[in-house]
Amino acid sequence: MNIVTCIKQTFDTEAKIVIDNGQVSTQGVNLIVNPYDEYAVEESIRLKEKNGGEVVVVSVGGDKTQEALRYCLAMGADRAVLIQDPALEQADNLGCAVAMAKLISQMEYDLVFCGKEAVDDGAAQVPSMLAEKLDLPQANVLTALEIADGQATATREIDGGSEVLEMKLPAVLSAQKGLNEVRYPSLPGIMKAKRKELKVVSLADLELSAEDVAAKTELVAAELPPARKAGRVLSGEIDEMVAELVSLLKDEAKVI
Amino acid sequence: MSIVVFAEQRGGALRKITFEVISEGKRLATAAGDSLKVLLAGDNVSGLAEELKKFGPDEIAVVNSDKLADYTTESYAGVLTDYVKQENPSLVLLGHSAIGKDLAPRVTARLGAGLVSDCIEINYDGGDFSFIHPIYAGKAVATYKVNSAVKIATLRPNIFAMEEAEGAANVVDFAPEIAASRTTVKEVIQQAGDRPELTEADIICSGGRGLGNPEGFDLIEQLADALGAAVGSSRAAVDAGWRDHQAQVGQTGKVVSPNLYIACGISGAIQHLAGMGSSKCIVGINKDPEANILTVADFGIEGDLYKVVPALIEKLKEVNG
Ligand SMILES: Cc1cc2nc3c(=O)[nH]c(=O)nc-3n(C[C@H](O)[C@H](O)[C@H](O)COP(=O)(O)OP(=O)(O)OC[C@H]3O[C@@H](n4cnc5c(N)ncnc54)[C@H](O)[C@@H]3O)c2cc1C
Repeated sequence: MNIVTCIKQTFDTEAKIVIDNGQVSTQGVNLIVNPYDEYAVEESIRLKEKNGGEVVVVSVGGDKTQEALRYCLAMGADRAVLIQDPALEQADNLGCAVAMAKLISQMEYDLVFCGKEAVDDGAAQVPSMLAEKLDLPQANVLTALEIADGQATATREIDGGSEVLEMKLPAVLSAQKGLNEVRYPSLPGIMKAKRKELKVVSLADLELSAEDVAAKTELVAAELPPARKAGRVLSGEIDEMVAELVSLLKDEAKVI
Repeated sequence: MSIVVFAEQRGGALRKITFEVISEGKRLATAAGDSLKVLLAGDNVSGLAEELKKFGPDEIAVVNSDKLADYTTESYAGVLTDYVKQENPSLVLLGHSAIGKDLAPRVTARLGAGLVSDCIEINYDGGDFSFIHPIYAGKAVATYKVNSAVKIATLRPNIFAMEEAEGAANVVDFAPEIAASRTTVKEVIQQAGDRPELTEADIICSGGRGLGNPEGFDLIEQLADALGAAVGSSRAAVDAGWRDHQAQVGQTGKVVSPNLYIACGISGAIQHLAGMGSSKCIVGINKDPEANILTVADFGIEGDLYKVVPALIEKLKEVNG
């Protein structure tokens, strides 16, 4: 079973955001593999361990993105492909999906796995866009997955519950927290990862032009959110505080 | 020009987010001098048009097919794409709900358009729309422009006010060819109980590691009962196995914006704040005076939650008779 797993390198979730000239500064920020993508990598490796085949991790990014791909190789993925091109630096989610779909369409695969969204722009766009560009069925936000006889049974989180979907492979799936417990790379895993193949390809290698991935959306300005106005810590005996709280919620905040 | 809204229904019932999105669509259509058109798709859903009329659409296009009985990406994506191609609107709006998140990017890719997800505000400046979307889990707010002819956006639930309005409200049939879906829905599992859904709830009571044990959630449930609230959780409580991960609020959980969020035994880690920082009013109950939640809360109570929460429940019962 051959699996292509798409990952994005994102800021550490602890990162402090600094705005420089209307854009988010990347200076000195610790970078990680997007946490949801780790669930996808983990699930892909487990499927491979059970069924054989290979896991190829794919990303769109720059020089630093190699670190994120190496991390996935250290977890147990077999090889990696990085799509790197100046024309992709301003690409939006659709542009990235177009580039990855083109790469994936030239590979042999049974499954494409993504995280359900990236924690930076929180857009949740790429998995469905990939599915469209590859003309495949999709199942997003999965908390459970079973694969047998070329068929996937996937439990997807929906508002107020979940639903179980069935589809024939190949398909595009996206992982939610709860799908599995993500492993840490082992020391031998880290050593082995250094020798695994990490190929860098350009748009030209994929026979795509800058036009094909041109951004339709542009982040024109970012700013810090308005600070919440400082709150009040109530004081007194518990009964007094609780009575004061209830009247504040009723009369001042008008929320109950 | 027109603005198109996708009306979300599940099992023949319209979702609250639908009314929020139509209300915002109406506001933008009025500002831009566009007409507002609503696409209502499903199986036997014509009856729902009445409810939609109250929010002032100029037209409601209804598609009925047994192929649309369950939400499946491919069938619905085909219907929405065909409608957008027919109407050629300037803007297409959906909710940033489980369905909207799944559908909007698929349709966007099919149309080769631009999509801004999870908007908390959309502005029309006389010539163009700008889209405001929180990034880095709310640690920054970004303004986006879209350069495709059709611009697509999903709207965060519980942010946009529902407003009734006047409109021509013509109901028309729309009968596109409906693509077969390669996924089938085998089972739908509704959460037990009749609590509001987290992302739609007006009030959320959340518990964290400070509860000390899984039974602590019984107390949070009682508080939620007294307020008609939904129950949320920090990641620490989910990871401890005290609560299903569906209840997790935060950067790797649900993003919620209720009117009132009550955090009990939650420290207020940055990843938790990311999920509930846009709540209108935050209450923190924590025994540690240094806990971050007491700094960010509008109203904080420093104390043992096992003393404060029961007293609060009593007081609420007393006040509500
Ligand atoms: C990649 C990543 C993603 C994450 N995503 C999320 C997320 O989505 N959501 C999330 O919540 N966290 C998330 N976290 C975890 C986050 O960093 C915190 O660890 C977590 O929020 C802590 O949960 P807590 O507040 O319940 O526990 P703690 O931080 O342990 O706080 C417990 C609090 O309870 C108080 N307390 C104890 N006993 C009592 C009592 N009897 N009465 C009153 N107060 C009491 C204590 O003073 C303390 O402040 C994420 C972390 C990472 C690294």
